[in-house]
Amino acid sequence: MTHAAVLAAVSEPMRWRILELLSDGGDATASALAGQLPVSRQAVMKHLAVLDRTGLVSRRRFGNEIRYSAHPERLAATATWMEAAARAWDQRLVALKRMAEGRAGAE
Amino acid sequence: MDRDVVQREIFIDAPIERVWMLITEPEHFAAWYASGGAEIDARPGGAMRMRWDEHGEFLAVVEVVEPPHRFAFRFAREPDRAPRPGNSTRVALTLEAEGTGTRVVVVETGFADLDISPAERAAYADVEAQGWSAGLAALRQYAVDGTGR
Repeated sequence: MTHAAVLAAVSEPMRWRILELLSDGGDATASALAGQLPVSRQAVMKHLAVLDRTGLVSRRRFGNEIRYSAHPERLAATATWMEAAARAWDQRLVALKRMAEGRAGAE
Repeated sequence: MDRDVVQREIFIDAPIERVWMLITEPEHFAAWYASGGAEIDARPGGAMRMRWDEHGEFLAVVEVVEPPHRFAFRFAREPDRAPRPGNSTRVALTLEAEGTGTRVVVVETGFADLDISPAERAAYADVEAQGWSAGLAALRQYAVDGTGR
């Protein structure tokens, strides 16, 4: 799954909140998550499906419950990718700065 | 969508007109951005080409040219392809005079829109639309009687 898909998945505020709840509180059922959110269980299920498809959560059956847990590694990998983009810009801006300051008055 | 934005800035001790020239004139742009060379038609809708010896040639389209303050373009992240939503990101450079120098802010956006197939994008849009409408319905219910379901 691509970094872009991870970003698209977490850019929706409710999905980000679900990831936070699972990261802070440990694994949980969809009903338990819905109890902490201002949306229906059905909406939570749909968001969990997106997060599952993107590899940001996984689910396991415990008896007749399905419990979801967060997988921070994929999010961390995407964050690293974005940080690389930021560092690339830092390098370009430093090069621009050196050009602008170094040759001032040389024309 | 805060999470698919890269924003960086730098202060340059040079006049804004000089920095603007270095950003918008192709031979200078190439010196700090596209080491293999660049072409820029610095008008809204104008074509750009950027080359790196190790990566190839990349195409871009100018979106905003407001001297000496704003220059924005959308560039394709795969070589030899025209930029379009799904294969490109948008770069916006903003210059502001600060004392005797210039503050340059760059904002690059659109990472979340890359490489997602139309079917996936439609699926996300559908889920989000349903999520929002369910959320709004729950909010209305909460306002009416204090329950969210």
